[in-house]
Amino acid sequence: MEVTSIQDGIIIDHVPAGTALKVLEYLSINPASTKLALIMNTDSHRYGTKDIIKIEDPDTAIDLDVLGLVARSATVDVIHGGRIVDKMTPTLPERVVNVITCVNPRCVTTTEPGIDQVFYLDRTDGEAYRCRYCDEEAEF
Amino acid sequence: MVGMSVITLDDLSVANITTLLNKARYIDTHRREVAHTCDGRVLATLFYEPSTRTRLSFETAMLRLGGQVIGFAGAQLASVTKGESISDTLKTVSNYVDVVAIRHPKEGAALVAAEAASVPVINAGDGGHMHPTQTLADLATLQSRFGRVNDLTIGLCGDLTFGRTVHSLIETLCRFGNVRFILISPKELRTPQYVLNRINATPSCSYEEVSDLTSVIGDLDALYMTRVQKERFFNEDDYLRLRDTYILDEAKLALAKPDMAVLHPLPRVNEIAKDVDNDPRAAYFEQVKNGMLMRMALESSVLGDTLPGFDAFENKEVAA
Repeated sequence: MEVTSIQDGIIIDHVPAGTALKVLEYLSINPASTKLALIMNTDSHRYGTKDIIKIEDPDTAIDLDVLGLVARSATVDVIHGGRIVDKMTPTLPERVVNVITCVNPRCVTTTEPGIDQVFYLDRTDGEAYRCRYCDEEAEF
Repeated sequence: MVGMSVITLDDLSVANITTLLNKARYIDTHRREVAHTCDGRVLATLFYEPSTRTRLSFETAMLRLGGQVIGFAGAQLASVTKGESISDTLKTVSNYVDVVAIRHPKEGAALVAAEAASVPVINAGDGGHMHPTQTLADLATLQSRFGRVNDLTIGLCGDLTFGRTVHSLIETLCRFGNVRFILISPKELRTPQYVLNRINATPSCSYEEVSDLTSVIGDLDALYMTRVQKERFFNEDDYLRLRDTYILDEAKLALAKPDMAVLHPLPRVNEIAKDVDNDPRAAYFEQVKNGMLMRMALESSVLGDTLPGFDAFENKEVAA
């Protein structure tokens, strides 16, 4: 499968297979109004299968913290004039504010008004994000 | 600890907890000397759900230190029925009092309270999440029975999956180190992996999982009982088959060491037979007293009110 190269924009590669739409949602990129190409469930030497997101827009900015949260294996290529001018890899943020919502119905964030949704990176048993208030593990 | 809020026991260092244990011991034997430690202070007990035992313990602790108490019990009495947030309630109450104890059914409510308040907040239980002063009571009971909280073999029996008191006790004892845990439960109610990981991460601690109390009771220095609740089982047959296995009675206690201590966070239903109450090994009502003493130690510490005579007492202890 082939999709033509982009001239100015970014390529998010090595996105876990089947999650490209979710990644766009978390990155607040609206596929209805952005010139982009999605390649889903394509072959990957490293992971078997993967998704690729190509965005033709020189002004697109990617929040690497958010990308690390939802697609920690992803890589970002910045393209100018049809050439890769920069490569970035997301890092796992220590703290995430108002990106994900706590799923625990007993959590105080479900009832207390005006409260930020804060998650912290817990490394005690692998790498998991937990709600700062109730310690429930985040679900994506 | 002055000015600190205590939401989880992670807020306190091992040195802090050791100081609180020493203060509780001092308070117990110097009731008259400490009776005016918190003169002029006011504690607010904000209990959004009923918990008579814990509320009375917090309130008695402040009264015995010479302070006074205001508060409410049951959210129906509070402005929460008018839709006030926890933050707003705490910002208001902070203007009236010097320290707050809060109990709330929502997990994380105490942290929200602490962030809004301008005075120290003590978590008196936030849903099924944290109840740090219960663990302090447990530690104080081990300390009073054995003179230490480590170099012990501690059995935890019953519902080890959902019992927050058990998880908190294990995690805190791991910080002190040198504890051998015997985890006694039906396979349906075993200790969660993250708690086992905590033990594994502590080189001086170890654990063993068993399902039969009688086979291990003779090895234990302390036995922490919890209730096996019917609603935790998928079918009633399993519950009925297992229920009696985890009831402590004199017959099982006859197999235990003569100085073993039996602890229970209370209230109990039927998991400890009444005939055990008169056995000198029964420590669960003593645990209630220790809970009050630890709350006295904690309240005076976060307020920065010095217990008269404690420094000299502690220095003498160190010198001895």
